[in-house]
Amino acid sequence: MYAFFQAAHDTTHLSAQQVADTAHAAAADGKMSVSEMFKYLFEHVQDSNHLELPFLDIHLPHWDPIEIAGLTLDLSPTKHVLFLWFGAAVLILLMTLAARANTKNRVPKGWGNVVEVFVKFIRDEIVIPNMGMAGIRYMPYVLTTFFFILLMNLLGLIPYGASATGNISVTAGLAAIAFVMIQVSAIRAQGFGHYLAHLTGGVPVFLWPIMIPIEILGLFTKPFALCIRLFANITGGHLVIVSLFGLIFLFNSWAVGVTTAAFIVAINFLELFVGFLQAYVFTMLTCIFMGLGIQAGHGEHHGEAANEHGH
Amino acid sequence: MLEINPGLIFWTIVTFLAMLFILSKVAWKPLLHALTSREEQIRTALLEAEEAQAEAKKLLEENKRQLAQAEAHAQQAMREGREMGEQLKAEIVEKAHASARSMIDQAKEEIRREKDAALQELRGEVADLAVTAAGKIIDANLDVNKHRQLVDNVIKDIRPS
Repeated sequence: MYAFFQAAHDTTHLSAQQVADTAHAAAADGKMSVSEMFKYLFEHVQDSNHLELPFLDIHLPHWDPIEIAGLTLDLSPTKHVLFLWFGAAVLILLMTLAARANTKNRVPKGWGNVVEVFVKFIRDEIVIPNMGMAGIRYMPYVLTTFFFILLMNLLGLIPYGASATGNISVTAGLAAIAFVMIQVSAIRAQGFGHYLAHLTGGVPVFLWPIMIPIEILGLFTKPFALCIRLFANITGGHLVIVSLFGLIFLFNSWAVGVTTAAFIVAINFLELFVGFLQAYVFTMLTCIFMGLGIQAGHGEHHGEAANEHGH
Repeated sequence: MLEINPGLIFWTIVTFLAMLFILSKVAWKPLLHALTSREEQIRTALLEAEEAQAEAKKLLEENKRQLAQAEAHAQQAMREGREMGEQLKAEIVEKAHASARSMIDQAKEEIRREKDAALQELRGEVADLAVTAAGKIIDANLDVNKHRQLVDNVIKDIRPS
């Protein structure tokens, strides 16, 4: 049974043939319970130390963890790490092409035009309304966040692909960067003293012992929500698809198979939309949080702080 | 599924920062620059087009005004010409009338003079004829001058004045 798990390809988007083979093998084996089956299927959504390609199952090397300041870092390249790098490479290639095309053509067309639509949308609908003209300097960060998350989300929808954004560690990393950016933009706009003063929430001194921990906690809840939201949305979508595949194995009938396949196609389209939506939401919220800090430096004072941090 | 892998967080941050650095250089800067410069270009082009349109409108109005002016000039010239023509015509006609009248008067005068002369002549002739005839009739011893005086007196008497 374990050998079967090892041999089988584990990716979220198995081809129908592979799925059927797995199901038949499981049925023939006759030992696989429903919970085992779902457990096996759900493993496809998770990170793993081997990479599946068509007709190829690459076992990724395991490096010895290194210890830094009491923290154990396992820097082995896992499936999601490889997809991060792959996505980064693809993104750099695509954006370089777009930049080259747009610099050359007076009137953008084709791929350059597609990218420009997104860039312009992010600039005019996300960055400037939330951060004002001061947000222009953060455009590279915002653009990178948006396109990186978008590409990660979409990579999970192609066969043999995986969504690195469906991994909570990856979203935690992105949220950590967002956290730093939010604080940096706030400190830059308000000055460090004003930024610290904001942490008191503008309440009388005797309430500071209560207020300051709450405000500091508030600083962390925003990126934490970003992290969980992205992870849960992407993972959830993949789990829905995987569960639908599971139904095929469960019922082992033509009627259910065809119906479920139609559902899976529909959910895949939904996932396509969710991929764009979550990239937008992550970017939008990051900009809103950065904008709150930046605008607090433009005239608003302590009284507003409590409201701001209520998000 | 919820366990955190610090190594993956590390790789995410490293990958992201590297990507941010590279993309800022090779993609975002040229993309944003192309976008803003094109927007600037479009803005100025629109402004220029507006200005050109205003200019054209002004020119058109100027043209119209000049055209109207020219037309008014032409109208006036025509009217003046016509008036002058009428006047000239009237003058010529008047002059013609006057000259005709004076010619007629002259002719009348001439005729009158001719007629007077003819009458004078006729009278002389008649007197001579009468004297001659009378002389022939009543012989030649009559004093010619006495008789002539007589006849003249007679003629003067019968003159209708």
